[in-house]
Amino acid sequence: MEETPKSPPRWSASFDPHTIAYIQRAASTGIYDIRGFGAKRKLPHFDDLLFLGASISRYPLEGYRERCATDVVLGTRFAKKPVVLKTPVTIAGMSFGALSGPAKEALGRGATIAGTSTTTGDGGMTPEEREHSATLVYQYLPSRYGMDLDSLRKADAIEVVVGQGAKPGGGGMLLGQKITERVAGMRNLPPGIDQRSACRHPDWTGPDDLEIKLEELREITDWEKPIYVKVGASRPYFDTALAVKAGADVVVIDGMQGGTAATQEVFIEHVGIPTLAAIRPAVKALQDLGLHRKVQLVISGGIRSGADMAKALALGADAVAIGTAALIALGDQDPALEAEYRKLGTTAGAYDDWQDGRDPAGITTQDPELAARLDPVKAGRRLANYLAVMTMEAQAVARACGKSHLLNLEPEDLVALTMEASAMAGVPLAGTDWIPGAGRL
Amino acid sequence: MTETVFDLAAAPLRDLNGRLHALPEQTNETSWVLRNPQGRHAVAVGVDRPISVRIEGHVGYYCAGFNSRARIEITGNAGVGLAENMMSGEVRVQGDASQAAGATGRGGLLVIGGNAGARCGISMKGIDIVVRGSVGHMSAFMGQEGNLVVLGDAGDNLGDSLYEARLFVRGAVKSLGADCEEKPMGEAERAILAGLLDRAGFAAEAKPEEFRFYGSARKLYHFHVDYADSY
Ligand SMILES: Cc1cc2nc3c(=O)[nH]c(=O)nc-3n(C[C@H](O)[C@H](O)[C@H](O)COP(=O)(O)O)c2cc1C
Repeated sequence: MEETPKSPPRWSASFDPHTIAYIQRAASTGIYDIRGFGAKRKLPHFDDLLFLGASISRYPLEGYRERCATDVVLGTRFAKKPVVLKTPVTIAGMSFGALSGPAKEALGRGATIAGTSTTTGDGGMTPEEREHSATLVYQYLPSRYGMDLDSLRKADAIEVVVGQGAKPGGGGMLLGQKITERVAGMRNLPPGIDQRSACRHPDWTGPDDLEIKLEELREITDWEKPIYVKVGASRPYFDTALAVKAGADVVVIDGMQGGTAATQEVFIEHVGIPTLAAIRPAVKALQDLGLHRKVQLVISGGIRSGADMAKALALGADAVAIGTAALIALGDQDPALEAEYRKLGTTAGAYDDWQDGRDPAGITTQDPELAARLDPVKAGRRLANYLAVMTMEAQAVARACGKSHLLNLEPEDLVALTMEASAMAGVPLAGTDWIPGAGRL
Repeated sequence: MTETVFDLAAAPLRDLNGRLHALPEQTNETSWVLRNPQGRHAVAVGVDRPISVRIEGHVGYYCAGFNSRARIEITGNAGVGLAENMMSGEVRVQGDASQAAGATGRGGLLVIGGNAGARCGISMKGIDIVVRGSVGHMSAFMGQEGNLVVLGDAGDNLGDSLYEARLFVRGAVKSLGADCEEKPMGEAERAILAGLLDRAGFAAEAKPEEFRFYGSARKLYHFHVDYADSY
């Protein structure tokens, strides 16, 4: 009997190794996966856009010689003291609790050198981060952990968080192992318990209430501080319009690639829309209201480089915010820590257990020994270097497009590589004048 | 001591809050009377001086929000989020309070002479709240710290997802929320309750032994699949 030749093993595209491991894990633990980082699947993104650069009809600026300004002012609509940034890349809100004290300090130091702002997070404002951040945005979250009058008045701006790109519609979770005495004390909770952050604000529901809430915050702070409203990208046209109607000075839209300290994997990968898809609808809402560039738009979620920043600005944003990239600049995913990442069952570059407090880089931890590994001065310097590179890259691109200010970049400077990106960003497919679905939102 | 009268029908709210914030620490304008609030929102918010403010009439949302040290009294009813995020001091409303009264309060005493709507004491973080009437559904939701005393009844899902706030109810509780349970009232709790009834001015009409005490069952403190039904 001749044996029929066997076909070589074939992996299923639907049941790929990751999916099979997921089912096995779920079956053995009975608990869904909670992790940090942002969406890891491939999504239409800024990589799918290109700048056209100058040509016969457009005239470039001389690199290193002709000025390409980068300053932006946030909060020009109502605030008596708007936030002035030297470069339109800010540090997104990340909580003390999710991050160690030295990591928060390093973010403040780096941002301050670069002339930009940092943001608190769930859990309140620490004296260290206030001291080391020249410009600090204080988040007003559903949980209201660490919310107090003094901090409100010490802040340079207030960010009302409605949602986050990693989990629009979801609350937060800080696992017990990260709830030390200090973190617990700031949140008025017992140490060591899993701590949930509410998904809805306790004292307002809907846009009409939000308007009254913003009025209250303005009255408390004597109309001095800009008020941002942050939403996870899901219905960006309407959310932007409603935030503006409620009286926001700045709208922050965080796309689904946005990082998180701890969220269910199912949420990270399956809820919300990509950053790229959120910008044009938000800009259109501002334009329809006659408030584009008057109410500023900050975009976050997967911003990694000066190119990403320039593309977001060209699509109409006034600034971008970074979370994950800032942590990597501080020292997260450092290949020098490979042996320790291996012990945790992962590898440098793929480490995403930011929820569990054992970060070998000392960033997403409350363990004093691990946290002490991060030198806030050196890490702050790395962040400042990285922010400088991002800014210079954006300038290089802007000059090539003939722009004397980063905010002069415009959609006409861009084309798309794929039909998806073209439709989402509203710029033509490269080599054509075609925008699929043009004119629709 | 001088009495400062401010008429909200004659001057804008901004002037009022601005003046209250600008008071020097050692001000002798320690006694304020606000006339014609007419349901305005954000009346006397963010006050951080040991003064007394008497508001004659009804107020809208967030009256006395973030109050620190001041004693604020409202002779009428109050809208949503009365004394929300209060830090310290005392807020009293003679009439009813709408939803989310005392929400997220960190400290101080809130006394409600009438009834309170839904979510009274939601996410409370150290505030003491005494309600002479009844409270609506989801009161003390996710309550973390502090005490809620209700002389009347409580609506559905009292104390849902409760952390360490203590709840005392004299009347009927329609239902308890997830992880909230009745507990025996110990001496410590009885003393807290008696002290609060006294400070609120209700000691003559309500005795601690007429109340039942509710707290966290602490089963949701660590996520466990067997309690998934509760989430
Ligand atoms: C460790 C970590 C903690 C975070 N904590 C908060 C928070 O407390 N509040 C909030 O609004 N967003 C929080 N975020 C989301 C960021 O503010 C921001 O939206 C996101 O990181 C941007 O996407 P990116 O990480 O791709 O740059 C957190 C993100 C990370 C990575």
